[in-house]
Amino acid sequence: MNTGTDRVKRGMAEMQKGGVIMDVVNAEQAKLAEEAGAVAVMALERVPSDIRAAGGVARMADPRIVEEVMNAVSIPVMAKARIGHITEARVLESMGVDYIDESEVLTPADEEYHLLKSDFTVPFVCGCRDLGEAARRIGEGAAMLRTKGEPGTGNIVEAVRHIRKVNAQVRRVVHMNHDELMTEAKLLGAPFELLLEIKELGRLPVVNFAAGGVATPSDAALMMELGADGVFVGSGIFKSDNPEKFARAIVQATTHYQDYELIAKISKELGSAMKGMEISSLSLEDRMQERGW
Amino acid sequence: MTTIGVLGLQGAVREHVRSIEACGAKALIIKQADQLQLIDGLIMPGGESTTMRRLIDLYGFMDPMREFAQSGKPMFGTCAGLILLAKEIVGYDAPHLGVMDVLVERNSFGRQKESFEANLEVTGLAEPFNAVFIRAPHIVSAGPSTEVLAMHNDRIVLARDGQFLGCSFHPELTEDHRLTKYFVEMVEQAPVVV
Repeated sequence: MNTGTDRVKRGMAEMQKGGVIMDVVNAEQAKLAEEAGAVAVMALERVPSDIRAAGGVARMADPRIVEEVMNAVSIPVMAKARIGHITEARVLESMGVDYIDESEVLTPADEEYHLLKSDFTVPFVCGCRDLGEAARRIGEGAAMLRTKGEPGTGNIVEAVRHIRKVNAQVRRVVHMNHDELMTEAKLLGAPFELLLEIKELGRLPVVNFAAGGVATPSDAALMMELGADGVFVGSGIFKSDNPEKFARAIVQATTHYQDYELIAKISKELGSAMKGMEISSLSLEDRMQERGW
Repeated sequence: MTTIGVLGLQGAVREHVRSIEACGAKALIIKQADQLQLIDGLIMPGGESTTMRRLIDLYGFMDPMREFAQSGKPMFGTCAGLILLAKEIVGYDAPHLGVMDVLVERNSFGRQKESFEANLEVTGLAEPFNAVFIRAPHIVSAGPSTEVLAMHNDRIVLARDGQFLGCSFHPELTEDHRLTKYFVEMVEQAPVVV
């Protein structure tokens, strides 16, 4: 009997496919998310847009909040650790969190190295903007990926850029000749063996969700249309006018992402989505997607 | 040709489709309740049972699925799917479909860090089956008509009650298609109700 194997870690993410993972900051929000049909919740101290507004150093959530959320719901609970912060990750693992997000939404603890995620029993999800980044994270042991997008902006443009890029690069690798793979590995900064695996499978070996800017049911459906396996919604739900309706609508739009009449129907009378931000209004230092290496 | 549906609301749908096709049957992803008329057997995949139940209610699947069960057509539930099939669930007042005569307990092996894989002896299979358990439920007790097909550490993890087959683990996550094959044969042998 073996725990923490690749199959068990990656399999956990497979079970989340076609679903929506919602950011929550307390038990009440977690219950609302579960009730609305979320496949998991991400327990946080602040949602990304509030992290942006607050400034300063963003760290792992207070374990009390994580525990409160874990006690409130029966769906899986995820939590974020800072990039490279071994101890935050170990603390979350010891608490029995179901998945850890080594996340650029928090202030990185290490500007050179990510966590060696294969060392842990708990599975990890990491952000990526291209196949090189995706493959490096899988190489370190990530069992699930998500696009970075630009968190807390309510602007889908970066998430679209990232999912298109990763998928285009995967297609390219799949159609390459074997003798071209090593140079591609060098150019992408990706482990050669992983490119080989992608070529053989015809896809990434782990699930890839969309994240970072999903604000409406149509945004969620668009990401599914572009080939995401599921959707993370951060600030989008609890920063909207009617979180309960928004949460339900985003779940439905994700399941039936090509049923446009349904999306039109559920998008009626939702109230305002979160206020969005133009990406160019953010200076380079304020772009969370630039964090991670 | 035998057509097997995979409930496609959420979860490991693609993997089951691959496994069904590897067994030589036709697979159909079921996203609308009226598609149930097109299939001879139904697989309910792993995923989040709470979420699936919400979507089942939302899209009016409950009655058509119960009618499907009453028609005698075989159903196979893996992990979350087993929870949907069970007649009783520990800690819950009401079951979901409530058609398979077993009592199940959710997340009974612990949280994700306790998730594991293990080799199981399965009745009717010559070689052990590599089973992947993810936040898995188990069958606490089974009714008299239910045949226990595999145990892990004294817990029932695979059983059959007539037309219903249920397991705690995820056969769809491995390349071993023997359990899917077993289900495909159940479907092929099911009596045709007119």
